[in-house]
Amino acid sequence: MIPFILKRLGSGVVVLLAVSILTFSLLYVSSGSIARNILGDQATPEQLAVKEAELGLDQPIITRYFSWVTSALGGDLGASWFTSEPVANALATRIPVTMTMVVVAMILISIIATLIGVAAAVKRGWVDRLVQIGAIIGDSIPGFVIGIILVTILAIQMGLFPATSTISPGVGADAWVLSLTLPVIALLINGVTGGAQQIRSAVIKQLERDYVRTLRSRGIGEREVLFKHVLRSAAPAGLTVLSLQLIGMLGGVVILESIFALPGMGPMAVTATIQSDQPVVMGVVMYTVAVVIVVNLMVDLLNGWLNPKVRVS
Amino acid sequence: MTESVETSALTPAPGSPAPGVSGQTGTVVRSTVLRRLFKNPLGIIAIAILTALAVMAVFADALAPFDENFANISKTLAAPDAVNILGTDSSGRDVWSRLLFGAQLTLLSALLCAAVAILIGLPAGLVAGYYAGKFEAVANWIVGILMSLPGLIVLMTIRSAYGPSVWIAMIAFGVLISPSYFRLVRSAVQSVRNELYVDAARVSGLSDLRIITRHIFSVVRAPIIIQTAAITGVAIAIQSALEFLGLGDPAKATWGVMLSEGFKNVYLTPSLLFWPAFAMALAIGSLVLLGNAIRDALEDGEKIKHRRKKAHQAEDAAAASAAKAARKTIAAVDAGTEHHLVKVTNLGVGYPQADGSIKKVVDDVSFHVDRGEILGIVGESGSGKSQTAFSILGLLPDTARIVAGAIQFDGNYTVAPGEDKVNQDRLSKLRGKRISYIPQEPMSNLDPAFTIGYQLVTPMVRVLGISKAEATTRAMKLLADVGIVHPDRTFKAYPHEVSGGMAQRVLIAGAISCEPDLIIADEPTTALDVTVQADVLDLIRDLQRRLGVGVIMVTHNFGVVADLCDRVVVMQNGRLVEEGPVREILRNPKESYTQTLLGSMLEGKEPMTMLVSATAKENAL
Repeated sequence: MIPFILKRLGSGVVVLLAVSILTFSLLYVSSGSIARNILGDQATPEQLAVKEAELGLDQPIITRYFSWVTSALGGDLGASWFTSEPVANALATRIPVTMTMVVVAMILISIIATLIGVAAAVKRGWVDRLVQIGAIIGDSIPGFVIGIILVTILAIQMGLFPATSTISPGVGADAWVLSLTLPVIALLINGVTGGAQQIRSAVIKQLERDYVRTLRSRGIGEREVLFKHVLRSAAPAGLTVLSLQLIGMLGGVVILESIFALPGMGPMAVTATIQSDQPVVMGVVMYTVAVVIVVNLMVDLLNGWLNPKVRVS
Repeated sequence: MTESVETSALTPAPGSPAPGVSGQTGTVVRSTVLRRLFKNPLGIIAIAILTALAVMAVFADALAPFDENFANISKTLAAPDAVNILGTDSSGRDVWSRLLFGAQLTLLSALLCAAVAILIGLPAGLVAGYYAGKFEAVANWIVGILMSLPGLIVLMTIRSAYGPSVWIAMIAFGVLISPSYFRLVRSAVQSVRNELYVDAARVSGLSDLRIITRHIFSVVRAPIIIQTAAITGVAIAIQSALEFLGLGDPAKATWGVMLSEGFKNVYLTPSLLFWPAFAMALAIGSLVLLGNAIRDALEDGEKIKHRRKKAHQAEDAAAASAAKAARKTIAAVDAGTEHHLVKVTNLGVGYPQADGSIKKVVDDVSFHVDRGEILGIVGESGSGKSQTAFSILGLLPDTARIVAGAIQFDGNYTVAPGEDKVNQDRLSKLRGKRISYIPQEPMSNLDPAFTIGYQLVTPMVRVLGISKAEATTRAMKLLADVGIVHPDRTFKAYPHEVSGGMAQRVLIAGAISCEPDLIIADEPTTALDVTVQADVLDLIRDLQRRLGVGVIMVTHNFGVVADLCDRVVVMQNGRLVEEGPVREILRNPKESYTQTLLGSMLEGKEPMTMLVSATAKENAL
């Protein structure tokens, strides 16, 4: 167990390094005009040169990368080129908003999609049809469009929710709930429709397995067969689906935060992207990839717990 | 959010290659699939919408009354009129014209994305699947990384580096999403790589390239089309998301830019949001429907299932109320037949078909089994022998219907005359406790996630109501009884840790654990090695003698029948052909089918009884 986790964490570090090198060299392409973007068109060549030296842009890329890695390992992700705010600070104040949305949405998706998916697989009939139709509709309308529709109808036209967030440091829980309800619903819908359909087919696949018939022949009740055996065997497929949804959600949440003007990671990432604010972009990329690595590790551990075959290898 | 679509597109992969494989040549498969596709109304609608969108995109220059960026500053946010049929935006640009040019750029760049993904994923998947080895390992590693990158964040980084270009973004997304093709193609190729016809092609000297293009490419073609429909949809969504965030090129009209423009004016003119959102949902929705329609056309059976369900809903309701009425007054079995352990009378089992007819798989079958008797049911695959056995167990698939006859167990009906489904209320009280089952395939009949001990103990706790400790003691004894040398070791093992023969012994132990009156064994030796087969038959005979249970032995093997059974019924095409004591049937088969069956098995040989009983004796010693 421990060696397995260490091995996976090790490969996670390798992936992080690979991604950081790739991102860093990608961003290098755009760093030529950075000083002018910061100082404006009026800046003299001397001012530009001073700025570039200040940002370390006069150094070769290898040197810059190594100095970034060494300070990143110490927890210092640099400071924004435009606002001078330390990236680690900026992330720390924004991640709670973003991750609250993601975690709440993921928990709800896991519960709702599993319930609906299992119901569709077991009962078939109209529940099943509904899940199939829901999956097509969910696939057809991208999540951010659902967000736009929700904010237009429920917030702007009906006034049921604030159209822009009321979250600021030190506000009460009610402001959080009110501000996050619509974006979480927007995150939910695609997740539930897609997840329910996949969990449905995973459960159906297990229900058709031979051992299910044998369990029934042994006098094991239908409920025990379903909840103890079928669900457990279908769980790895379900976990894979949910983990892929979570990865997608890290992108989806960026757009929804922009739509709902939430003070999360999203708007910061968009601004940094447009400005080519390298330290901020690096910070956002590293953080999301780290989240993905941790999630994948958790999924693997859960799978190992669920499936003794995996445990052995 | 957007990537979740990718997984749903992946699911058809394992099932889809089959239709391509079964077809002799690509053209035959394609024409029937196309015909089925055009019979599906949703498929036609999807194709019609996509064609219309494509025409709009291709002829945008001719169809659009204005240039995409022509701005009439004196007419901003105007309502639809004769000149601007969908109104104008905040800069006074014509919404209809921008929608057309938007279609052009949006659809073309989404197709570019799919093309890039295919160009990378297809060859890589073919090579990895066909040659495996180092290339596959490296490719898998890269795929693992690509799949754990959040797409939108990566595209934002690309935008940050290369500036706002929809083309660069879509090429990058094509690379990012190429693993979905890679995995699809690789698993399809792996599944056919070792097929006999590919071996045959290799032996006959075809080059790898020819094999890949001719035999393997035909297998992956259809799944790729389905996947492309899904990926194009995802590409439209993610590209529009980027443009919506303002990360696109503002000088170019795309649906995403129009959405963004609409959202800025949401308080003034919310209708500006509607058209690009509608166009996107239309395009992505049609792609999703098209993918589904192609999948349905490939898996013809899926369609039948749905209709079968529909046709039967009314019938089900009627049957349910009839069954309820019947439950109150379960008819008494015919006098003079109570002493039979099982009696099957004129049983018919059928499956409703798409056209409303019922395909009978068991027709007018009657036989009985008494206590302490072993009855063999013999027949080739598809003769209905397993379906008959499952009717007695009440474990037929959901779609099956009892179309005629009755089944009684120990003097009570489990299927009364006139009932069209097995009554689960009655049978669930018998299953495990009085009727038990030994399956054919040992490995697939044990739940891989639970230990063998758990799977032996739980039924005893549930059925007999004994304590876990008591059940454990009994399970150990049972394992020893069925000839397992180290019961404690096997008890703790997971199914994948034991051999097939041992798993079958475990299943037999499970079948006798609650001391049933009837054991139904469905080809219990077919999946085993010859030496183990004899052991298992011996075990069943021994148990039957010791416990005095009745046994129904379903088999296609007359050797097994000769060795074990007292009486035998022969089935063919769902009908009962001949019935009688084993000796009589073996020596003196009356029906020509029985003669053929016997002839095909015992031709030129001495009866196998000698051999088997000799080994059996050795083992008994």
